[in-house]
Amino acid sequence: MAATPPDLRGHPHRADTAFGWIVRGAATIVLVILATIAIVMTRRAVPVLSHMGIEFFTSKRWSAPQAIYGALPFLFGTLYTAVIALVIAVPVSLGVALFVTQVAPPWLRRPMIYVIDLLAVVPSVVFGLWGVLVLSQHFGLGRSFLTAGIILAIMVTPIITSLAREVIETTPPTDKEGALALGATRWEMIMATVLPHSKGGLVGAVMLGLGRALGETIAAALVIGSAIGQITANPFAAGNSMPAVIANEWGEADSMHKSALIALAVTLFIITIIVNLVATAIVQRSMRRSRGL
Amino acid sequence: MFRTTLVSVVALLGAAAGCGKGTAPPAGGPGSGSAAPVGTPASGGGGTVTLNGSGASFQKAAQEVAIEAFHKANPSITVNYGAGGSGKGRQEFADQVVDFACTDAPFKDADAAKAKGGEFYYIPDVLGAITVAYHLDGVTTLQLSAPTIAGIFGRKITTWNDAAIAADNPGVTLPATAIVVARRSDGSGTTENFTKYLTLAGGAGWTLGSGATVEWSADTQAGNGNGGVAQLVKTTAGSIGYIDLSDAKASSLTYAKIKNAAGTYVEPTAASVTAAGEGIKLDAKLLFTALDSKAPAAYPITAQSWCLIYAKQTDRAKGAALKAYLKFLVTDAQALLPEVDYAPIPQPMRDAALAKLDSIQGL
Repeated sequence: MAATPPDLRGHPHRADTAFGWIVRGAATIVLVILATIAIVMTRRAVPVLSHMGIEFFTSKRWSAPQAIYGALPFLFGTLYTAVIALVIAVPVSLGVALFVTQVAPPWLRRPMIYVIDLLAVVPSVVFGLWGVLVLSQHFGLGRSFLTAGIILAIMVTPIITSLAREVIETTPPTDKEGALALGATRWEMIMATVLPHSKGGLVGAVMLGLGRALGETIAAALVIGSAIGQITANPFAAGNSMPAVIANEWGEADSMHKSALIALAVTLFIITIIVNLVATAIVQRSMRRSRGL
Repeated sequence: MFRTTLVSVVALLGAAAGCGKGTAPPAGGPGSGSAAPVGTPASGGGGTVTLNGSGASFQKAAQEVAIEAFHKANPSITVNYGAGGSGKGRQEFADQVVDFACTDAPFKDADAAKAKGGEFYYIPDVLGAITVAYHLDGVTTLQLSAPTIAGIFGRKITTWNDAAIAADNPGVTLPATAIVVARRSDGSGTTENFTKYLTLAGGAGWTLGSGATVEWSADTQAGNGNGGVAQLVKTTAGSIGYIDLSDAKASSLTYAKIKNAAGTYVEPTAASVTAAGEGIKLDAKLLFTALDSKAPAAYPITAQSWCLIYAKQTDRAKGAALKAYLKFLVTDAQALLPEVDYAPIPQPMRDAALAKLDSIQGL
């Protein structure tokens, strides 16, 4: 009764302990990095926040020579371009996801998925340059909120599509077959079973795409136009976004200016974290529900 | 054999520069100042030395030709220069990430105090013109005064046939085309010098102040780097932008003659740019501005640039090589500047720079 356990717990036990600590270490590193980013960035953002106060978020003016730093136009630009991107990308992504899962013949599905995923690995600077050469110059859109929105739309499409596809595929076949058996057309079947079933997951997918659009830097910096203090609903006007300003102005910034750019980064960090947390929560909840758990 | 080549190269460069002919001071003359000390540590040490520099993109082409010529004369010393911008250069120099840095603008006092290597010197090494380039069909010569430029870039003057532009250009027929202002999207030493000029000379019409980025009107067009602005000007009818001379020439743009402090409209050339540096008083740190020069033949939007070196070097071989390279920059390399569309600094400035370099410790 007391004899057997020691034989089984010799060296493997030690390896087990070591493994336990190594993976704990790996997990800790990630948390430490995240905490360090948050702490260091926030600390370096303090000078401009105490200099500008709440005006940092409400002022329209951004003038380094006069040490006035109002982030509102860049906040606006970030959100506006992201909204334009989603308006374009959501219908396209859902369409593609439905096509791949419900309409396309089986032999076409794999290649389609592969091509869409390929879009996701194109470096963003390539999209940016393409935007400058094709959208701005060839199609005469100039550098504007719209140009940036279109580029962002292309970049978030693969993310939304692949998540949407996975969510849609969780629709129980019995539901779909039931709808078809009752005489529903394919369109009616999708409306009656697929979409209601995957609604939560689709919202989450869109929000993950939003998170990506908010943080995109280099492509936005290249095509958005770098206007200072522009808040307008006109999509053809030049604008600016938080990551684009940081990328453009960091190199030559003095200490207060750097602090202002870091404060922009912290703001962006917080917004994207919130968007991603909410998105992940929605996706997980709907996945759980759809599996009947 | 090595020495003969070196001396002949130096002699050739000296002759081309047309300097150091009659002056020949005991230690500071171009020939003796660079040739002898350069050869000794390099060939004597036997090892190779690599110097890493970072900073002003304004100096990029000037550094490239100087590095090539210096390496030819001193094969054991390799110099690298990363043109990531003045601010980046200053930061990396202060953090001692690089051996030297070049910058279009001095440190802010608070930032200078943070330099990890202690006291450092500003070594002026190049002057360059910032052109006001334009794209206006049918107009091949254009003259502009500082208040007019301030009006244009401040968006108070918005059409080409504005009375202020016409007053600068008697006898020229100007079209009613709308003006498109092209400026930098990124923070830049070029923007800093251009806006500093408008602050100095533009009068009450210039309200944006000066800095690496300023609060440009939202209806201006932004391009990345001098090349980006040049491309905007080249492709946009009715546009005007500020671009350094070498990039303006590379894109074959036309640029305006600018009215200087003496009241003459001057074209940017090596001679008019060097002239802007003449008669300028240097302070003890060798800081100065060549902008809005009072010299009669000066091109007024002339920017200056410095290289930074720590006053106390800790690595003997590296320090000697660094001193040799910076000496080369202010002596023999000066003659190479016009071919890349920069201008040499005047002789008194070179002498002051050499004196600073000679006072470097730890070698």
